[in-house]
Amino acid sequence: MKSLILQTATRSLVAVMLLFSIFLLLRGHDEPGGGFIGGLVGAAAFALYAIAFDVQSARRMLGIRPQMMIAIGLAMAGGAGIISLLASEPYFAHLWYHTEVPGFGEIHLGTFLLFDIGVFLVVIGVTLLVILTLSEE
Amino acid sequence: METLMAILIGGLFASGIYLMLRRSIVKLAIGLVLLSQSANLTIFTVAGLTRGNPPLVPEGETMPLVPYADPLPQALVLTAIVIGFGVLAFTLVLVKRVYQTVGTDDMDEMRSTDGFKD
Amino acid sequence: MSHDLLVALPIVIPLVTGVIALLFYEQRETQRIISAIGAAALLIAGIALLLEVRAEGILVSDMGGWPAPFGIPFVADLLSAVLVMMTGLIAFTVALYSLATMDPRRESFGFYPLFHILLMGIAGSFLTGDMFNLFVWFEVMLIASFVLIALGGERAQLEGAIKYVALNLISSAILLAAIGLLYGVAGTLNMADLGMKLQDVDEPWLVTAIGMLFLVSFGIKAAIFPMFFWLPASYHTPPIAVTALVAALLSKVGVYALIRAFTLIFTQETGYTHQILLVVAGLTMVTGVLGAVAQYEVRKLLSFHIISQIGYMLVGLAILSPLALAGSIFYIVHNMVTKTNLFLISGAAYRLQGTYELKQLGSLYRYHPYISALFFVSAMALAGMPPFSGFFAKLTLVRGSLEVEHYIIVAVALFTSVLTLFSMTKIWTEGYWTPSEAEENDELPPGVNSWPGWNSQMLAMFVPIIILAALSVGMGIFAQPVISLLIETAEQLLEPSLYIEAVIGDES
Repeated sequence: MKSLILQTATRSLVAVMLLFSIFLLLRGHDEPGGGFIGGLVGAAAFALYAIAFDVQSARRMLGIRPQMMIAIGLAMAGGAGIISLLASEPYFAHLWYHTEVPGFGEIHLGTFLLFDIGVFLVVIGVTLLVILTLSEE
Repeated sequence: METLMAILIGGLFASGIYLMLRRSIVKLAIGLVLLSQSANLTIFTVAGLTRGNPPLVPEGETMPLVPYADPLPQALVLTAIVIGFGVLAFTLVLVKRVYQTVGTDDMDEMRSTDGFKD
Repeated sequence: MSHDLLVALPIVIPLVTGVIALLFYEQRETQRIISAIGAAALLIAGIALLLEVRAEGILVSDMGGWPAPFGIPFVADLLSAVLVMMTGLIAFTVALYSLATMDPRRESFGFYPLFHILLMGIAGSFLTGDMFNLFVWFEVMLIASFVLIALGGERAQLEGAIKYVALNLISSAILLAAIGLLYGVAGTLNMADLGMKLQDVDEPWLVTAIGMLFLVSFGIKAAIFPMFFWLPASYHTPPIAVTALVAALLSKVGVYALIRAFTLIFTQETGYTHQILLVVAGLTMVTGVLGAVAQYEVRKLLSFHIISQIGYMLVGLAILSPLALAGSIFYIVHNMVTKTNLFLISGAAYRLQGTYELKQLGSLYRYHPYISALFFVSAMALAGMPPFSGFFAKLTLVRGSLEVEHYIIVAVALFTSVLTLFSMTKIWTEGYWTPSEAEENDELPPGVNSWPGWNSQMLAMFVPIIILAALSVGMGIFAQPVISLLIETAEQLLEPSLYIEAVIGDES
């Protein structure tokens, strides 16, 4: 199916959706949001691209095999737990790092962020692996 | 409300099981989806349907405003939906592969591995 | 080492191994090395955990630092520790074996990452102290096993997989609904907290009804009567390494969940629930072994035996006396070792003779006496002949049952034993003694009956078999220390307050 309207809209929509997915991911730090729904929106962007154009170009746009994305995501999410173990804390006890950035205010970073980014990547990877596998052939 | 939900859940379970008893594996997959959704609804209903505030502590307070909803069943249902989503994706791929390999979606034609002599 | 680390390691090691293997998706050789190292590390972590639990009592680690009953605890009591160690052992031997037998195509489609994710799910199920978390680990394990069983995409595999997937998903849906109902009744899902709160509920029948839902759900996963039909339809279809792994571990996770639930949580009306368990155990034993007696394909025959042996594992749970429960746990341990080994040996025989059909295997004993000896040890251990492990497992179980005067179940167990011996003898005479038809007519295909010599592939294949056979003998000859450990385990299980105290603490 090749629709000019869909393809034109997709070009601009994909960028907005990807941006929105990252917004959702980072918003999850303190408020409702997070890696899971961020990842779903991100995967939806690639899926839309695959529908409007074709699976091959969606894979090219992704630039990395979904399997690899799952692996990196799992490594980050699991690694976040292992950092706590190395610090003699229970598995997945999140560690926080507070700092003052001049002109920006206080920020706090934690192993939790690493975990959330990992989830984000895993969700995109798994969803795309399934969607792209099903729509090929 | 609980009665209504109970009837709905019962109906979903029944339809799920009915679909699973059909011979087509596509209907089997749909039946599985209905089954897992009715299980999710069960958790949601049993834990109590309260109309209330989100279970977040407002600024300057130490407790959420009463009445607030129990967040745990919602977390459970969300997790179960995510898992159900993953499993469903796999089931779909499997059904497709089975159809391609065996050439039919009739369960009765897939008895070569059952371990009983014909 | 800190307790938090020890309890988390059996889950973290397979996760790390799986992820590293996934990162090297394109390099098969690297994946093979990583997989073997990871499985060995899991075994070491399991042994360390068991030693520590035996010395220090129940270990608890609150995941994420949230105290129980609000957070999710990982709890290692003796039962969990024993089973985690056994998981490590089976993982190590099967990982080694799969180096020799797994075909390159399956290897490059992610066999090793899936293998370790499956192990993670199993270790997680054994260690978690939260009902919903148990469901999550079940799903991790199931999804990995779904893909492992279907991986390769042969027709038989796909047909087996669809039945396996459907039945296990029904079980998951029932489990999920039961968990929801349990939360509605108790307001908590922490197993220790549940065990405490449900002891004095006003409506024990409601809890018992929920318990029956758990029985059905775990029962499907454990393949008990009358919900086992998916097992012999699917377990024999994938390559032998996968079969051995799932046969040794997956149904045991179901049994573990039953033991945990029916010793800790659902003990309100034991006269009713455990009577049902006893009847089910007896029927499982008999139907399983009757199915096995009718089979002439080694893998199918062994698959039916798995079912029959699940029955033995439930007897101790149904009787709830320390000795009988110890016998059941001994049976789980013994069965993991012997059943895996029988599958591995039949895989080796397939590698040498090219068939799983008993009628065509021919006189293995004449050409490969060493394999035959290894098979003989495992088969006799499975049938419960002295001095092998199965004898003492059965003896403990039977003595435990006699102690509380359950004579019928003893009679059923011994009858099943005889039939098990019969079907093992059948494999022996048909596959190892009687020449096949082709052999009698001198029409053997070239290469059959010849021994390829001790190359590295043969070593990777036979070292695990020899280790497991040695364990079968060892657990028989040195049965006393094993039994005393398992009686300790059973006594710990029958005293739920220990578990509750370790998880929740003293303040209640």
